[in-house]
Amino acid sequence: MTAEDQGEAEGRGTAPGGRGGADGPGGAEGWETAARRLVSSRVLDVDALLDDPKTRIVVCCGSGGVGKTTTAAALGLRAAERGRKVVVLTIDPARRLAQSMGIDSLDNVPRRVKGSEGEGELHAMMLDMKRTFDEVVEAHADPERAAAILANPFYQSLSAGFAGTQEYMAMEKLGQLRARDEWDLIVVDTPPSRSALDFLDAPKRLGSFLDGRLIRLLTAPAKLGGRAGMAFLNVGMSMMTGTLGKLLGGQLLKDVQTFVAAMDTTFGGFRTRADATYKLLQAPGTAFLVVAAPERDALREAAYFVERLAAEDMPLVGLVLNRVHGSGAARLSAERALDAAENLAEPGIVDQADGKAGLRNSPDAYGSSQPPASEAATGTDASDEGSPADEDRSVDRLAAGLLRLHAERMHLLAREQRTRDRFTARHPEVAVVDVPALPGDVHDLTGLRDIGDRLATGAPTERPAEPS
Amino acid sequence: MSRLQVVSGKGGTGKTTVAAALALALATEGKRTLLVEVEGRQGIAQLFETEALPYEERKIAVAPGGGEVYALAIDPELALLDYLQMFYKLGGAGRALKKLGAIDFATTIAPGIRDVLLTGKACEAVRRKDRGGRFVYDYVVMDAPPTGRVTRFLNVNDEVAGLAKIGPIHNQAQAVMRVLKSPETAVHLVTLLEEMPVQETADGIAELRAARLPVGRVIVNMVRPEVLDASDLELVRAVDRSALARSLSAAGLGGARRGGNAEKLVDPLLAQAAEYAERHALEQEQRAQLGELGLPLHELPLLAEGMDLAGLYELAAELRTQEVS
Repeated sequence: MTAEDQGEAEGRGTAPGGRGGADGPGGAEGWETAARRLVSSRVLDVDALLDDPKTRIVVCCGSGGVGKTTTAAALGLRAAERGRKVVVLTIDPARRLAQSMGIDSLDNVPRRVKGSEGEGELHAMMLDMKRTFDEVVEAHADPERAAAILANPFYQSLSAGFAGTQEYMAMEKLGQLRARDEWDLIVVDTPPSRSALDFLDAPKRLGSFLDGRLIRLLTAPAKLGGRAGMAFLNVGMSMMTGTLGKLLGGQLLKDVQTFVAAMDTTFGGFRTRADATYKLLQAPGTAFLVVAAPERDALREAAYFVERLAAEDMPLVGLVLNRVHGSGAARLSAERALDAAENLAEPGIVDQADGKAGLRNSPDAYGSSQPPASEAATGTDASDEGSPADEDRSVDRLAAGLLRLHAERMHLLAREQRTRDRFTARHPEVAVVDVPALPGDVHDLTGLRDIGDRLATGAPTERPAEPS
Repeated sequence: MSRLQVVSGKGGTGKTTVAAALALALATEGKRTLLVEVEGRQGIAQLFETEALPYEERKIAVAPGGGEVYALAIDPELALLDYLQMFYKLGGAGRALKKLGAIDFATTIAPGIRDVLLTGKACEAVRRKDRGGRFVYDYVVMDAPPTGRVTRFLNVNDEVAGLAKIGPIHNQAQAVMRVLKSPETAVHLVTLLEEMPVQETADGIAELRAARLPVGRVIVNMVRPEVLDASDLELVRAVDRSALARSLSAAGLGGARRGGNAEKLVDPLLAQAAEYAERHALEQEQRAQLGELGLPLHELPLLAEGMDLAGLYELAAELRTQEVS
């Protein structure tokens, strides 16, 4: 560890919010929770957002592995339990979470989730991108033409595999759900893209390709050739289709042409749909939440996302920071904890001096007026576990372990704080809410409810232990 | 040892880091490796603390013992133009195609074609020889798409078979598949000791095997150090609180009596230990599940100071110790 890091850990660990720097661990106010250390300048009011009837769509976005899906589901449940009729659109939920919500059957329609409390309703669905695409085709083409499109190899590949189809279909589904107007609130999870921004770009990209110049050229050469002054373009085009044909094989090109021709006549262009989705995202009833974890990469991506949303006029309401760590003993710095652990790890010194009992009975240096804890009681407890000295040694070993564990936690806290400070410096305007780290994954409504509580209250990561 | 090492993993598991560490480890002792990025994220540049990588093989690090790591961020559009140039001598016409959106079309919309170009470039680097007939790169390490997409990405043959039935793209796909399905290739999966990544790893392995792609190793990343052992954890549940308070007091942390500073540490410290115990148990469960996969299993430590260039060398050394390279 560098000297700078030590200074930082010490400074942040013992002087939350600049208070009580001189107190050290011996300060009179006692150990306090660390969670408050991680409060940013603005706190996101989740309940106000969820309760506002004007909020119709909440989009959760962020890089992969930061808990987007869990956040979306927890927000949906909370909104439902606060009386709203909610649908959660998830892309790729953990299997057990999907099972517990009853949406693991992949039928691509919202299902009522059983077990939510209160007046509202929670519905949820998992996106099946191929099915969504098929449905778009079926809804807009007569049965014969639809069958032709669905059987087209280019379509099959496009609907199942194209990087971007999932994003496009998520947005398509969002548009459909919104159009049905059956829900007060739609919470949508975004796909685990290579870049968190893909879902903004993909619809436009897909739309502009399928509706674009190239496709026109490929599908309508006769029309073009007939126009005066287009000779140059025509030459360019035949060279191009020739090259593409050579490169991809003539059959592919033919497949593309048939596919686009069939699509083109059946519904009014992908671009129109893409534009409509895009406008929906900019609409006043939409709220973007960027989800991140207090780690360098995730927050860098989050900062990028914040900037991108602003550039696109997308309404950002705040940052959900998942997996934030805290400590109930944050005033004990990592360095002091490690020093103390080292003291315990050298039993020889204490034993030789026979001073252990003396040390153990040393009066509290800070003048506690409480009566001493019963010493006799511990002696009898230990009677069947070897000598009191052995017992002391194993307790010392444990104490040293606990202190090392604490030091590790304090280093983690300092690192999270640094990462976070960097984000806040770049985007002080963004409201933030912390969700504390949990040891395991969330699998059920109880877990989601707990996350929802923490989202809404920004509750301390660990409540300080009450003196008994 | 396979010469094409493909590294995949769930998002957030650090697959780019592991790929980079592996490239460094394989370069040790005078070897030369190429680290290939295919998703345009510039993660390699960030990791090696250099500016964004161009579409060009460029030396980015020197390995212990004089080896070299080269890096390449493959841009599919440029790869296609390269390719057209190579086979058709297109020159300026390539730019015209780009202007018309044909290149965009071929690399973005036409599914699979992009992947053929990306994997094709990597396979070309694997097979490339210098004038003396020696391989230019001893190893090529690919930072591949995440587990959920990696099988489709690598299984380009199936992907383009339904589309390009003849023509150079078709031939290219065939050639690429010969490399990818041979022992020359190994696909490694990076995971964490957490439920979802482990589940995804198991699913990914099943998919890779079904596609007959060669599965290599499972690398568990960011493994937390063991701070409390089994006997400590047992004692956490049973320890006498006042004895613990006295021990903390003896360590110099204040008074052991009720309300004393050492005594006030007992509850929060035990709470942290309980959290540790819970997480530890979950991790053991995940470790056991990974053990059932029947693949070589390696663990890389969580770096206390976060990931940086020094940490990358540390992980590379660890991979060598564990004979991954």
